[in-house]
Amino acid sequence: MNAKTADKIATAVIIAVAAFIVLLLIGLLGYILVRGLGHISFDFLTSAPETIRAGGGIGPQLFNSLFLLVLTMLITIPLGLGAGIYMSEYAPVNRVTAFIRLVVEVLSSFPSIVVGLFGLLIFVNLFEFGFSLFSGALALTVFNLPLMVRITEQGLRSVPQAQKEASLALGLTKWKTITSVMLPIAIPVILTGTILAAGRVFGEAAALLFTAGMSSPRLDFSDWNPLHDVSPLNPFRPAETLAVHIWKINSEGLAPDAPEIAAGASAVLILTVLLFNLVARWLGRYMYRKFTAIK
Amino acid sequence: MAQSFERQKAKPHVTEEWVGRVYTLLCIFLLVATIFSMVYFVASRGLTTFFGDGVNVLELLTGIKWNPEGEPAVFGALPFIFGSFSTSILAALISAPLGFCAAVFMVEIAPRFGRKYLQPVIELLAGIPSVVYGFVGLSVIVPLFRDIFPGQGLGIAAGALVLSIMILPTITTIATDALAGLPSGLKEGSYALGSTRWQTISRIVLPTTLPALLTGIVLGIARAFGEALAVQMVIGNAPHIPRSLFESTSTLTSAITLSMGNTAMGSVHNNALWSLALILMLMTFIFVFIVRWLEGRSKI
Repeated sequence: MNAKTADKIATAVIIAVAAFIVLLLIGLLGYILVRGLGHISFDFLTSAPETIRAGGGIGPQLFNSLFLLVLTMLITIPLGLGAGIYMSEYAPVNRVTAFIRLVVEVLSSFPSIVVGLFGLLIFVNLFEFGFSLFSGALALTVFNLPLMVRITEQGLRSVPQAQKEASLALGLTKWKTITSVMLPIAIPVILTGTILAAGRVFGEAAALLFTAGMSSPRLDFSDWNPLHDVSPLNPFRPAETLAVHIWKINSEGLAPDAPEIAAGASAVLILTVLLFNLVARWLGRYMYRKFTAIK
Repeated sequence: MAQSFERQKAKPHVTEEWVGRVYTLLCIFLLVATIFSMVYFVASRGLTTFFGDGVNVLELLTGIKWNPEGEPAVFGALPFIFGSFSTSILAALISAPLGFCAAVFMVEIAPRFGRKYLQPVIELLAGIPSVVYGFVGLSVIVPLFRDIFPGQGLGIAAGALVLSIMILPTITTIATDALAGLPSGLKEGSYALGSTRWQTISRIVLPTTLPALLTGIVLGIARAFGEALAVQMVIGNAPHIPRSLFESTSTLTSAITLSMGNTAMGSVHNNALWSLALILMLMTFIFVFIVRWLEGRSKI
């Protein structure tokens, strides 16, 4: 075959594959939204699920997912920022640091189900938090920490060297330089990454099966005292999240409208993740413009 | 953090520096301690099967019969190991060419269009939760296979197809970075000699970036290997080695997902499941090791 013909064929194939991937995403999103959007209503989003009868909603699950997200990020962000700052600014260049890097890389590639099992052993059984939102949040923290560390490192590395040196030359301590000079500049990168990580937390299910549990006890949405058993804000109650709920009704759902509920819940999940994505992009661009005065 | 002034004789900024240093050190220490305790606890649980309950290691790794509640109980995990490897490797075989083409498209053929449209598409694919992939697999791919091929539609083929979409972003992103990082002199030299774009891609770009491309593929396989729920939903969960790609089977993750909640802590069955988790963990180490090795090669 002539080299030019081969080139044309190859180019055509590559363009076709690229088009196929775009169509694949459109098809995926389209399928989920078309099947699910019709089922979403205010009632569906707020009412409790039914086990056997039709017409159940996803209210508690949606609330659990959001609450768990907040809890997880409250633990993950301070820890991840701290560890990231250490790795990027304080860690000496030696074998110990290289080893820590390897260890963090290993943690980031552990399957989420293994993290969930670890949570079952440590948080649920050993620390006796039981199947609870708190155990779930801790497991998700373990799952998310390496990502948060990487994001922080990336953010701090994006700070111009001259700016950091100027601050140090003025006699500021390293810590003061990091918190008052470097972090503000790194915020756009860190924030974008954090929101994307939050999207990951929102959709995670495997790590939660054995930590946050697969049941949702009756909740009283008029009782906001975190110490009460039926209060939605109690972090020590079992909580099934939206993603776990989708898995559960697909594998053992008894309600006659289980496929519709799964479709509706999937659509809600996808829309939320899309929202996270868009907000992260928009916020990243907005802050970049604001901080760098471009355009 | 800036308000950590305490009544001490040391100057405030010195104290502050120490508070910051100790805090970040504590964070990283906690992270490392978590990983070590993770390895320790999962390993001690998983090894109990062999040392406490007297199950033979070889028997577990090569036995083809899994009947944990039978009399006598038989623990042969080969069907699960086979299921995990076949689905993830098949997924990588489907996904790798697609990912490579997408990367070439974004870097070599249409950089502006690619960055503007294909890049967000890939990122969105990465953001879709795994249960949603499982749900779509269960309601689209499985019925489709059931109509076309003999059998229930559940099985390795359905699992591999779902996984291939899930790992596409991993493979594509790493391939894109590798292609974009290639010194432009190499390509320009090739074009200057009169070669076409495809000749340049296939004879210069592909061989030079091969270690990085393989890194992406290994990371994709690692992700597919550890994926639990999406696979569990479409694989069928029968604990035997299937005769065809469309016959119900199981993977390591799906076996753990299904039975961990129904077995009592400390029972032999439960310990055997921890052994499966230990295999998953060891495979993660191996994948990380391979990735490190490949990264070392690509620097040359």
